[in-house]
Amino acid sequence: MQTLIPLIPFLPLIGFAVNGLFGPRMSKGVSGWIGSGSVLLSFVLSILAFMEVSATHSPIRSEVYHFMSVGNLHISFGFLVDALSSWMMLIVTGIGFLIHVYSIGYMHDDAGFSRFFAYLNLFIFSMLLLIMGDNFVMLFFGWEGVGLCSYLLIGFWFTNRDYNLAANKAFIMNRIGDLGLLLGMFLIFKTFGSLQYEEVFARLAESQVETGVITSICLLLFVGAIGKSAQIPLFTWLPDAMAGPTPVSALIHAATMVTAGIYLVARCNGLFSLSHEALQVVAVVGMATSVLAALIGLQQNDIKKVLAYSTVSQLGLMFVSLGMGAYASAMFHVTTHAFFKALLFLGAGSVIHAMGGEQDIRNMGGLRKHLPITFWVFLIGTFAISGVPLLSGFFSKDEILAHTFDHGGVIWWALASFSSLLTATYMGRLFFLTFFGSFRGTHEQAHHLHESPPSMTIPLVALAVLSVVGGLINLPHIFHTGSTQWLAHWLSGTGINHQPVVPLTEVHLSASSEWMLMGFASVVALVVLAFTYASYSKPSNVPVPDEQLKGAARVLAYKFYVDELYNALFVRPTEALSKTLHYYVDVWAIDGVVDGVGRGFQTLGATFRRLQNGNIEYYLIGMVAGGIGLLLTYFL
Amino acid sequence: MLEIVRSVPIDYFVYLCTALFAIGVLGVLTRRNAIVVLMCVELMLNAVNLLLAAFSTYLSDAQGQIMVFFIMVVAAAEAAVGLGILVMIYRNTKSTDISLLDNLKW
Repeated sequence: MQTLIPLIPFLPLIGFAVNGLFGPRMSKGVSGWIGSGSVLLSFVLSILAFMEVSATHSPIRSEVYHFMSVGNLHISFGFLVDALSSWMMLIVTGIGFLIHVYSIGYMHDDAGFSRFFAYLNLFIFSMLLLIMGDNFVMLFFGWEGVGLCSYLLIGFWFTNRDYNLAANKAFIMNRIGDLGLLLGMFLIFKTFGSLQYEEVFARLAESQVETGVITSICLLLFVGAIGKSAQIPLFTWLPDAMAGPTPVSALIHAATMVTAGIYLVARCNGLFSLSHEALQVVAVVGMATSVLAALIGLQQNDIKKVLAYSTVSQLGLMFVSLGMGAYASAMFHVTTHAFFKALLFLGAGSVIHAMGGEQDIRNMGGLRKHLPITFWVFLIGTFAISGVPLLSGFFSKDEILAHTFDHGGVIWWALASFSSLLTATYMGRLFFLTFFGSFRGTHEQAHHLHESPPSMTIPLVALAVLSVVGGLINLPHIFHTGSTQWLAHWLSGTGINHQPVVPLTEVHLSASSEWMLMGFASVVALVVLAFTYASYSKPSNVPVPDEQLKGAARVLAYKFYVDELYNALFVRPTEALSKTLHYYVDVWAIDGVVDGVGRGFQTLGATFRRLQNGNIEYYLIGMVAGGIGLLLTYFL
Repeated sequence: MLEIVRSVPIDYFVYLCTALFAIGVLGVLTRRNAIVVLMCVELMLNAVNLLLAAFSTYLSDAQGQIMVFFIMVVAAAEAAVGLGILVMIYRNTKSTDISLLDNLKW
């Protein structure tokens, strides 16, 4: 198995190379199946790796080659497959494969079909490097790789200027976070003298490092996570990233890449657990993001924007969970969120496909009759994310709520519950506006409505099944089914240094209070969904244009003016500074010096060229005078 | 032969050669006819040749005379090229006055 491990990331890389180099010369079918097939093979190998880890209870190490040695910095190009990375590998390759298959149908008429699959495969490769690397440099390599793929795929339709701007925005905002991650890595190397996970965590255990240094490392790493996982203050790129094709939104901007920040914190749980302050910051940022994004989501009318803000909000909840020290619960929510958010995005893609590119839910309505499969899977997705009992989202969210109640207190629990309440509200609004009521689009669109092809509906159904049963992997212990908390136990398996990969965090609540919390959350979700059904399936409650909104609703529709604020605070001052620097430093000072030197020599030349008068006698006199001069200096 | 040459003091050869060389230099500097200028150059070369031959005899060292042969060969070549150029200049300017040749300037 050890020798097969490197194949898991490299198969998609081969897919990328084949599709990227020979794509235009191959038929779309071949392109699509090379793209999907390479990910499927990776998925199969990931299952084998998972089973091996499960059987041996120890991580698999595989060093491909020694990457570099500079001084006492040694970096290997090596893979570490332990409980955490093998679980992430299953999510990335599994969901990745389903989305690849979906893309075959969704992108069928696109001219850049093979380019799309090449980028997707490159993304899977980078993401696998990120989660499988056995040191921070590998993680950083993958981290940058997924950022690049995200950029390429957001700007996939590069003829549209807005899409390119959105891609730039995502890339630049991610760069801010990447700087934090990089500085964190420098500090880790300075403190521990290594970047290999194994050595860093071993030295962390044996040496007494100041808490201040640990907190600084954690906060710097968290800045990286903020950028990648779209938290306050760097969250505005994610909604704009919806410019990319819908499968991209599902794969990169919902299920996998944006959870890299969660993975980073979970991977470094040894560091974070030592710093109470850092965990506190993680929790506060997560909670603020979760509530803010959910509030904005209430007033968005673009089907993908609602889902994007929902993703930001859910990622916030995951960070709250991490901040509570419940790393496994965060990973559980990552998993279920990957299922139902990928499902919702792909469902939205199916709707957009049927509507001929229309994304505004005000122009939809009544799609239930025309898109029966999409309707049912979207229903499951909506119920799962809203926390309807016994669906996957219910269990994962409930666990986070229990942890906030236990480790944070009532206020944290109330805020997290408020965020879930908002989740149910905007999802209900989205769902009922889209599928209920009467059709509000044009006559042409009504005529064109059709269910998507099987290549799109089969992945939808598969994800719907996962969204329903996904909760079974980590049932709360009050269920007494024998295999409760399976995922948490799995993730606490032996890792490097014989420590648990992700330590188990118990909820110390009595069974009755847990039942109470669970019951409360279920009632809230069901009541809110019923309420949204009652209000949004009526034609009179279709949202009005943003300009006609007043008060709070207007603020929400304009996303709390965060973009405008950033424009005023950062973009415009930077532009003004750049213009000033351009004029005074570049044009005036630097160009002045360079041009001045040139002009000086021209003047000098113009003066001295008068010596060159062309008269031979004159030259002869010069020559003789020079000779006499030489003789005189030599003899006297 | 050796005695005859050696009967003349070496100083005299040096004075003669210096005079010849100075005449050549003055001719080059003052005359405007290109042919005369070339002749003056020859005069300068031969002043040096004479000096080399004289010292060669006095010191009983053949090297100086070998050098003279080389200089004569080069002088012959120089005269051929110089006169060739002169012919071309004359065809273009109908004159051998070097002060007319001031086209190679800024």
